Amino acid sequence: MSTAPVPVALNTFREAVRDRVLYNLIFFALLMMGAAILVGQISIGIDRLVIINLGLSAISLIGLVMAIFIGVGLVSKEMEKRTLYSLLARPIRRWEFLLGKYAGLVLTLAVNTSFMTLGLAAALFSVGRPLVESDALILIAVYFILLELAVVTALALFFSCFTSPMLSTLFTLGTYITGCFASDIRAFGELTKNPTLKIITRVIYYLVPNFHNFNVIAAAAHSQRIPVSLVGYNTLYAALYIALLLVAASAVFSSRNLK
Amino acid sequence: MSTPAIEILGLTKDYPIGFWPKRMRRSLDALTLEVEEGEIFGFLGPNGAGKTTTLKLLTGLIFPTSGTARVRGRFIDDIGMHREIGYLPEQPYFYDYLTARELLDYYARFSNYTSLERRERVNRLLERVGLAAAADIQLRKYSKGMLQRAGIAQAILHEPHVVFLDEPMSGLDPVGRYEVRDIILELKKQGRTVFFSTHILSDAEMLCDRVAVLAAGKLQGVGAPGEIVSLEVHAMDILFELRPGQDLPPGLARNITRLGARCRLEVPEAELYSALDQLRRSEARILSVTPVRPTLEEYFLRLVGSEQAVSHGVEVTLR
Repeated sequence: MSTAPVPVALNTFREAVRDRVLYNLIFFALLMMGAAILVGQISIGIDRLVIINLGLSAISLIGLVMAIFIGVGLVSKEMEKRTLYSLLARPIRRWEFLLGKYAGLVLTLAVNTSFMTLGLAAALFSVGRPLVESDALILIAVYFILLELAVVTALALFFSCFTSPMLSTLFTLGTYITGCFASDIRAFGELTKNPTLKIITRVIYYLVPNFHNFNVIAAAAHSQRIPVSLVGYNTLYAALYIALLLVAASAVFSSRNLK
Repeated sequence: MSTPAIEILGLTKDYPIGFWPKRMRRSLDALTLEVEEGEIFGFLGPNGAGKTTTLKLLTGLIFPTSGTARVRGRFIDDIGMHREIGYLPEQPYFYDYLTARELLDYYARFSNYTSLERRERVNRLLERVGLAAAADIQLRKYSKGMLQRAGIAQAILHEPHVVFLDEPMSGLDPVGRYEVRDIILELKKQGRTVFFSTHILSDAEMLCDRVAVLAAGKLQGVGAPGEIVSLEVHAMDILFELRPGQDLPPGLARNITRLGARCRLEVPEAELYSALDQLRRSEARILSVTPVRPTLEEYFLRLVGSEQAVSHGVEVTLR
């Protein structure tokens, strides 16, 4: 197995750090501090609920913005700046380069998400609440957010292999939003009497990733049970979807002329 | 017979232009060429001639419309070929958030060196290209010349057998150009093959074992600079001195250039003996008779047409 993607991934992570991408953590820390102070004053007994809801939503949203905006630039920036030329003249296959760039951004997102999770834990601690067993649900919710971000990154990378950064952003965002409502779209199709619409909604349902299944923020906040099977199912679903997207992206990128 | 370092076999590249209707523009037309192991090979041509296209095809950055090429016996679509080559792109741009040391270390990781080997190799290269003092400064603070040096360092970092350099002298001051020439000659001494494109003809004339001239995507000629320029003698140059008070021979006077006490006369080869007879009769002292051969620049200009060469930014020496 070639190790060529490893230095590419580490360099992508280093680029994110040097471009001060992780500065978003300051924003998150301020948000958590503000929430902890405010919640203590305006809510009685629901401070945990509010902080977990707000914290996990912020982790998801910040991660999403990073995954889309950095994801669409992973390849296009290298092509535009021509930093790719001296790299691809080396013994590295194009799919290895793509895999490295992808892994680098997922690593960045994982580090970023980990720090934000620590911030969330600190906020919960600061409202004087001891850790309880059901807090493990927060970790599952964070894990699902990471899986979701990994799929979104793969989508952004895939689109950026054959279209401009602006269109890639639109396509990725569009697919994400559609994916969040995939089940509703299918349900709508089933209700209609129009057979064409039924087929279209069914195709959309199977084509776009179903992000609804990754959202367990409410369950984690309300300490509701999350089935273990869902962890396995979501992991497998995300892995398959990511693999398909990366294979498709590699196929497109491997035949592309670098002008 | 040994395998050539580079074999280009009818490489052709068409680019689509326009949106609707889509048309094809031929950037490189059936280029066939061989470069021997250990040669310094110059690839000359005005801007837009197809030089960079050829280098991108050879390094696998773009794909040929037809034809193929081999580098040390390996086809260009073989990943193993990439272990044999080093490449300096035209106007190189690197990750500007890295320092030169980090950049070279990054590239060295693709050649499976140990960390100790990487460190030693990187330090040696930084020293060699004159960037040791600036090794830990981010590339975003580098001048164009410094970036070019970093580019050359990354191209030869892994000691490739064949080095492709796209306009390696571009953006360098005279000292930088001298140093790059020195590096190219050193690579030759180490037995490596250097294939470089340039539009600075004096560099090619000074360095290359052989050159190829490309214009509008077509190969115009290949040969050693010496062979090319000695193909024909188009005049003879006679250097002589006149005695004090002596007049110039009347039949030759209008063709003579005075250089202080000395005079220079350029005559067609066929008229050499008649001119010498006249000078002898005038009791002039003949100092030297040398054939005047076209320079590589003149050869180049004749092939691509002087107007085209100048309008496409070929750097020529005005005489």
